[in-house]
Amino acid sequence: MGEMGETIVKLEQVVFKYDGQERNAVDHVSFEIFEGEWLAIVGHNGSGKSTLAKLLNGLLFPESGRILVKEKELTEETVWDVRRQIGMVFQNPDNQFVGTTVQDDVAFGLENAGIPREEMITRVGDALHKVNMDQFLNQEPHHLSGGQKQRVAIAGVVALSPSVIILDESTSMLDPKGREEVLETVRMLMEERGVTVISITHDLEEAARADRMIVMNQGSVYKEGTPKDIFLLEEELISLGLDIPFPVKLSSSLREQGIELSQIHLTDEELVNDLCELISKM
Amino acid sequence: MRINLQNVEHKYQVNTPFERAALTDVTIDIPSGTYLAVIGHTGSGKSTLLQHLNGLLQPTKGYIQVGEQRITAGKKEKNLKAIRKRVGIVFQFPEHQLFEETVLKDICFGPMNFGVSEEEAIRLAKESITKVGLGEEILEKSPFDLSGGQMRRVAIAGVLAMQPEVLVLDEPTAGLDPRGRKEIMDLFYSIHKDSGISTILVTHSMEDAARYADEIVVMHKGSVFERGKPRDIFSRSAELAELGLDVPNTVKVQLMLERSTGLKFGRICLSLDELTSEIAASMKRGDLS
Repeated sequence: MGEMGETIVKLEQVVFKYDGQERNAVDHVSFEIFEGEWLAIVGHNGSGKSTLAKLLNGLLFPESGRILVKEKELTEETVWDVRRQIGMVFQNPDNQFVGTTVQDDVAFGLENAGIPREEMITRVGDALHKVNMDQFLNQEPHHLSGGQKQRVAIAGVVALSPSVIILDESTSMLDPKGREEVLETVRMLMEERGVTVISITHDLEEAARADRMIVMNQGSVYKEGTPKDIFLLEEELISLGLDIPFPVKLSSSLREQGIELSQIHLTDEELVNDLCELISKM
Repeated sequence: MRINLQNVEHKYQVNTPFERAALTDVTIDIPSGTYLAVIGHTGSGKSTLLQHLNGLLQPTKGYIQVGEQRITAGKKEKNLKAIRKRVGIVFQFPEHQLFEETVLKDICFGPMNFGVSEEEAIRLAKESITKVGLGEEILEKSPFDLSGGQMRRVAIAGVLAMQPEVLVLDEPTAGLDPRGRKEIMDLFYSIHKDSGISTILVTHSMEDAARYADEIVVMHKGSVFERGKPRDIFSRSAELAELGLDVPNTVKVQLMLERSTGLKFGRICLSLDELTSEIAASMKRGDLS
């Protein structure tokens, strides 16, 4: 991770409880999100991570504590302004396609935001170009793959040029190719537009690509750090119902066999290179 | 129970301008007690294939033999209900199909629909809710008050309560967290082993296919591209890559290592333990160079 950007979102002691539940779904959670970073929020099913996503874009409001977006508190009064800053891509590609064609779908959000027609046309074209879907302008959704639909959903968000994009398990219903397409698109948006990305996921390979991770457990922040810091927890993560990426597993299993690998490896390439180096010294 | 597909073809929207062959000349024999994984790219025909296994779709050519019953192209099969009782399908996101007021009623719906008495259905519901790792107290709850993982288990219990002889699983762990995923896959495996039923798993996870299946069928463009044991299938990584398919992580790392060190391991490694011991053994022998 390079130099840390300015704080763009800040959570202070946020508490949320669903009606009829005894336990807080989100329990005194505080953390900051920095401009331009990719933050992965991981946790088991029911750890509170999706509730956090809904709190972050004002689909739910905290019972106590507060959320600041660019120093402005997120409340029922400010929610519409805040949503211009924070775009959200949901899990199910079929539940968020509202238009009858790809370009209508992207235009929908812009129409709602009252963008003039001329500008709307430019923005729709640009956004679909960004996600590499501009050759599908007049396609109907049922002709698209899951990955393509999610990219259109991202275009819909991008067209509104938010500073932050939240991916709420946006790749979990996709096949491996679709997942790769979406993650590539996100990576590119970060590089080209400096968008801040919050991805809520339990795909650990996806989280390993983030700049920073937050592990949620039973509604609280369990641990915050770089993927390397987090995956050093190994057994602890597994006991939280999570997993560790394959190269981390393999390097620790090799260490148990007395093979002296110096550090933790987040990618296959890193591990293989390290092994080759070790071998060349033999 | 054995399932045998012979020269099965399936065309959607026949005699319209939208006519499209989703399956062409598919022949697959699935002997009783097999654990078969079906892999293939999205659009390769996996889902269409799966829907033929219990008569949700009928072939436009060829036939499917399910036990003593045969579903033949062009013939109305009268007794599809009997087939559907014997072949249980766990669809993707099966919790979306929960609908009753209580978990108990939801699980009982299937067996009672197949003519089981209420008393017997309740007994089956209790048995299957325990099998999926939930307590009996959950039976009185509304399925909609449960967590996502619990709902998934209830939906699976509903299929198990029909006492199928063949279990067809379509991406049964999609959307679950890693622990939930492992628990559910281990659950299906122990049911498979304990009761000797056939299991057919449709999956994108090459790790699951390698770990659980006796055999793998690779689908491509509506046909069977290849069939074999996991070790054979995953030793053809170049062919799989051409179809847009991956190999398990262990194989990926093995190939990278072999390429950059010039070394050849004795076998394709399908588990972490296998790969670890191959690497450790080679390093001890000092033949990596």
